[in-house]
Amino acid sequence: MKSENAAQRIIQFAFIALAGGAWYWATAAGKISPLFLPRPESVWNAFNRLLTLGQFWPPVRITLLTIAQAYAIAALCGILAGYLVTRSKFATEAVEPIIAGLFTIPITLFFPMFILFFGIGTGSKIAYGAVYGFFPIALSAIAGLGHVDERYLRAAQTMGASRLETFRHVLLPYAFPVILTGLRIGFFICFASVLGGETLSSVSGVGRNIALAAELMEPARMYAWIAFVILTAVSLNMLVTALENHAARRAGRS
Amino acid sequence: MTDVSQSPSAAAAPAITIRGVTQRFGDAGSSQSVLALDNVSLEVARGEFVCLLGPSGCGKSTLLNIVGGLIRPSQGEVTVSGRRVDGAPRPDEIAFVFQESTLFPWYTVIENFRIALKFQRVPKAEWDDRAMAALRAVGMAGFSGHYPNQLSVGMRQRVNMARGICVKTGILLMDEPFAALDEQTRMVLGEDLSILLAETGKTIVFVTHSLAEAVFLSDRIVVMTARPGSIKTIIDVGEPHPRSPDFMLEPRFGELRNELYALLRDEIRKTMASQRDPAAARGGA
Repeated sequence: MKSENAAQRIIQFAFIALAGGAWYWATAAGKISPLFLPRPESVWNAFNRLLTLGQFWPPVRITLLTIAQAYAIAALCGILAGYLVTRSKFATEAVEPIIAGLFTIPITLFFPMFILFFGIGTGSKIAYGAVYGFFPIALSAIAGLGHVDERYLRAAQTMGASRLETFRHVLLPYAFPVILTGLRIGFFICFASVLGGETLSSVSGVGRNIALAAELMEPARMYAWIAFVILTAVSLNMLVTALENHAARRAGRS
Repeated sequence: MTDVSQSPSAAAAPAITIRGVTQRFGDAGSSQSVLALDNVSLEVARGEFVCLLGPSGCGKSTLLNIVGGLIRPSQGEVTVSGRRVDGAPRPDEIAFVFQESTLFPWYTVIENFRIALKFQRVPKAEWDDRAMAALRAVGMAGFSGHYPNQLSVGMRQRVNMARGICVKTGILLMDEPFAALDEQTRMVLGEDLSILLAETGKTIVFVTHSLAEAVFLSDRIVVMTARPGSIKTIIDVGEPHPRSPDFMLEPRFGELRNELYALLRDEIRKTMASQRDPAAARGGA
């Protein structure tokens, strides 16, 4: 088990090393035009220039704030919707397919409408990310909150728990491992939607800077931004996985 | 019979009054309809321990759930401390201990107590004292930081029972709380329960299949008929609490047990006959 684990790690690191090596080799040998893929050191220099010129943190701040707001709305509305829908079996069976159906629509198609309604500022990206992130969270909340063991609900009822207390102390902890899956998917959808929205139409943020660098034919700067986004996504993913493992350990006690 | 509705505060008023309770599941005309309880009336005095004993499916648990307000009876009424129970639980008066442990697995033992006391609106300052006292009473004080699934089934049910006892209610309804346990553990828990009850003075209605358990624990044993459940007879045990295990060795214990068995045997045979020929059992009387 332990040696298997180590072997898996080696494969994962080998993949990263191989990808980096391929990048280095292809650009050094001049096989690829630096316009498509600049050399690693020029990307590194571009990144340092962004930092020294003070052009790095302001867009990062805007993008992270936009994601945070979009995600907060998606998570709260998704869990609330899941709670309300699962209050009756009838509503669950009626509404769940509707939400699942809506989730299959590429909401990207409506992106121009978001710009029209919420403007070109962060508002449209918040709304777009929140709407996209809402669906997986609502679906997992319905799945989790709709199948809570009757025993615990009856026990809470006979002990005099209020609705809010029942939600906070019985429904939510019981359903949390299931909801967490939706929260995770919802988060990355939010993340991708906000950045995607920024590249499509925006005045600020990381996505806007990526699009701008591409338009200005500055691939090194564009890749510097993209590398930053990838690193952020990877570290957030690791954080969420750690949280999930923690929750799974707690749930495993049941 | 005392009219409790006129003097709800009188100390002599029974803790629980069941009047003409009938319970039918499904619509009366339909072939799926089952008459579970047929015109059951019973009074339980304050501080009394009453066992409901009867064959499987005789409606013992249904009656308990009606008293606890989890089911609204088709006919008849239940009053608890002079107030009518109308299909809504009364957490201020009645606590439940169910057959399976209902400890929340995501909380530790002590957290389970705190949450129960919080639900019951007990002041926060009292939580830990009450919890630890109840845990000590069932010999589980050393396990307050454990999660329920780190405990054996027997330990879990002790904690579950302690949680039911530690809350403020005067009435405890227990639905076969020892059914999932092996016989030795049942015996020990039964002794614990007898001691606890003598201390707390709670009114208890206890559903069981076990004849020995019924005789050992009860002040009165309500023997029920096969479905549709009604009261066949009530037996007085007449032995003060707390009871020592020696009570089980006395001739009286065996006599009562045999008497109960004789009473139940016919009902069990009836139940088995109706299971062989379900048409005869349907709809009841």
